[in-house]
Amino acid sequence: MNAPHDDDAQKEGAKAARNRRNIAMALALAAFVVLVFVVTIVKLTGNAG
Amino acid sequence: MPKAAATAQQAAPAPQARPALWSDYVQLLKPRVMSLVVFTALTGLVCAGEPLHPVLAAVAVFCIAVGAGAAGALNMAVESDTDALMRRTRGRPVAAGRVSRGDALTYGVLLSALAVALMGLAVNWLAAGLLAFTVVFYAWFYTIILKRSTPQNIVIGGAAGALPPVIGWAAAAGSTPLDAWLLFLIIFLWTPPHFWALSLYTSEDYAKAGIPMMPVVKGAASTRLQIFLYSLVLVPVAIAPVFTGLGGLWYAIVSMGGGLGFVFLAFRLWKSRAGDAPSEENLQKGAEGLYDVKAQTKPARNLFAFSILYLFALFAALLAEHGLKAAP
Repeated sequence: MNAPHDDDAQKEGAKAARNRRNIAMALALAAFVVLVFVVTIVKLTGNAG
Repeated sequence: MPKAAATAQQAAPAPQARPALWSDYVQLLKPRVMSLVVFTALTGLVCAGEPLHPVLAAVAVFCIAVGAGAAGALNMAVESDTDALMRRTRGRPVAAGRVSRGDALTYGVLLSALAVALMGLAVNWLAAGLLAFTVVFYAWFYTIILKRSTPQNIVIGGAAGALPPVIGWAAAAGSTPLDAWLLFLIIFLWTPPHFWALSLYTSEDYAKAGIPMMPVVKGAASTRLQIFLYSLVLVPVAIAPVFTGLGGLWYAIVSMGGGLGFVFLAFRLWKSRAGDAPSEENLQKGAEGLYDVKAQTKPARNLFAFSILYLFALFAALLAEHGLKAAP
């Protein structure tokens, strides 16, 4: 059985990892939005396919 | 219940070893496979010779890469049980218990849907349709149905890995002419000798996981012969682009020189004892005997390594010839 402070450290570690994953997800979504925006501009301004 | 499924259930992923990191989600996309997919797709796109806005060309390649990665994530979600049984795959995020099956499935479905939708909206729907077909073919037909049911799994399943240059071509040209399918055929025929060479020295793992790879089902001798026969078919097909006008002088040199090397190594493998079970004599010799068994796999390792170089060289030659032609 784990000691209480081990459990706390594990919870903290899990929380920090979740935060990092959330930031990565937010950045990926923002990048996707920018990509769709750029594609839209390219399609609207040129004779690009 | 089939034996493989029963074994698989016993080997269900362990509870989370450590919290999942973002790098686990990158690993789910099989970056090394993705790099080969990107390279062959780019070759198809450039060989098409149709002008495509650079941003849209980059988006097309990006969508193909993400689609391939998503298929990899779905594959890892579905195969976590057998992955956990094999040395080569047991460190994968789902098999090691760092990412749950559900998360990997959601991730794979979401990414493939986004990749297909973006390809359709930004480039064209033929390329998007081919991309969707490739993801479904690999993640469902190959992973769930073929892989565990027939030793021809990688022969038929190889179609998924062979489609990226056709998707690239479709993205640029909006059509898939014969030359695009010739690129498909080269990768399709290259896949069996490539994977069977690998499986000759990893067949123990496949047997343990209940996957009917050719050496497990038909034995090493039959696999070596089939590798040689496939190489005899592959090499002329790989030279064919010289005659259709797709490949130029450099491609002719690479495909003929590389082809000779491929057939030579496949012949040496056929005549070797790679993948054979250790003989009684070797078992009695102990460590020295086991070293002999390991040394016998060298022809298989050589062909496996050369096959990667050969495919890379073929596509690099095409990419260079067509890329230079298109350059201003």
